[in-house]
Amino acid sequence: MATAANPEPADASGIRARCLTGIEGLDNILGGGIPRGNMVLIAGSVGTGKTTLCLEFLVRGAEKGERTVFFSVTEASAKLIENLSTFEFFRQDLVKAGGLIFIDVPGIYDQLGLNHEELTLEEIDLLLKTFLDLAREAGAQRVVLDSLTSVCYRIRRDERIRDFMLKLSQGLAALGCTTLLVSEIGQSAGRYSLHGVEEAIVDGVLLLGNARRQGDILRILQVVKMRGTSHSRAQYVIELTPIGLLMAPHLKGGRQET
Amino acid sequence: MTPDDDIGERLRQLTGGSAVAIRLNPREYADDYFAVLNATLRDVGSETNAHTIYVSVTNPASLVWSLAQALDVDAGRLSFVDAISHIMMNYRDPLPNATYVESPRMLEDIMLRVEYLLRKHPSPRTILVIDSVNSLAIHNPKDLLSEFFHILVNNLKSRQVLTVLLVVSEDTESELDQMLGLVVDETIEVVRRRS
Repeated sequence: MATAANPEPADASGIRARCLTGIEGLDNILGGGIPRGNMVLIAGSVGTGKTTLCLEFLVRGAEKGERTVFFSVTEASAKLIENLSTFEFFRQDLVKAGGLIFIDVPGIYDQLGLNHEELTLEEIDLLLKTFLDLAREAGAQRVVLDSLTSVCYRIRRDERIRDFMLKLSQGLAALGCTTLLVSEIGQSAGRYSLHGVEEAIVDGVLLLGNARRQGDILRILQVVKMRGTSHSRAQYVIELTPIGLLMAPHLKGGRQET
Repeated sequence: MTPDDDIGERLRQLTGGSAVAIRLNPREYADDYFAVLNATLRDVGSETNAHTIYVSVTNPASLVWSLAQALDVDAGRLSFVDAISHIMMNYRDPLPNATYVESPRMLEDIMLRVEYLLRKHPSPRTILVIDSVNSLAIHNPKDLLSEFFHILVNNLKSRQVLTVLLVVSEDTESELDQMLGLVVDETIEVVRRRS
């Protein structure tokens, strides 16, 4: 049985099983994909491509026959699917066949009576149990929570966030899920999450941001941390194209940066 | 020195994965340019059923496309990465076979649009034309441009794409020629055939 401490056993050569994101450039810089069972923070400010990256991750998994779940806190599923339809890589039949499942978290809050500003310990446990039950019922191998930041707004206290995330990580890893958690940060946050606790718990951090060159803005992706694999730490420029996310090296032109 | 009506034959002899600089004489630019379009888009592109990706930095894709139409080039075999129309505020009627980059300074975006078109139009034979090295040099520092060409051209070589770089220069010792010398396999210098 996989555990959070060792989500997927390594093979004879000591290499952990991988979850291919299906985003070719990203799989290359991760040395063959995200180590299966990892929980990864997708951190970035608005408009940097966090949600699109996560959706492509699920679609690519569903295409291979994996069961995938998108927990949406900030945007209604119907609107997400409508936006997703503009991408050529999206296939509506994956949703119809149950390979790609969208769950609106505000609906869960309504059902559980959690519509108030700060959740109690019991309510946090109830929310956690609901997430895990839904992932288990779906047979999920890939899970996205968009966004963790919105959930943490209701948990508030650092020690409770830490406890919630540890249990979420252990629970999803035990189900064999590879998980992406969206973290909304400001342009100059200096950290990768709202409270600063989140990045310490997760197995990996992918930072999405903007870089300026003579006033022009380039979208940037960087793998800051990923347990269980050696990986590039370089910056890459990304483009959200109709066929999916593409990556190119961020040109420096001999510039020295500190 | 290659007479303008022999450029197509020279290009046809090149294998996929080659990179070639075509040097146009600035004093004969208009005639040389049309000869090069004829050679790349029709002689090599159409006649070998190749898909051509044309990166336009000097002229808007709409202008190059109108010239290509005069050469009977099939729209299905020609795609543009237009890196100049936005900056020229000339973006009212986008071409269906073009993708637009906001500025010629966004070199990574040019690479990504090329990658997009390579995936969108898989073909046994692909030609990439960059028009021109000089125009990119107007907008980008030399170190950045060198890095761009080094990464792009070597990537295309590994994928068997024939890369054609247009450069307008009479001076073989120019900085641009030195930079291109590091990435291209050969240089074709265009001369007008005198009758």
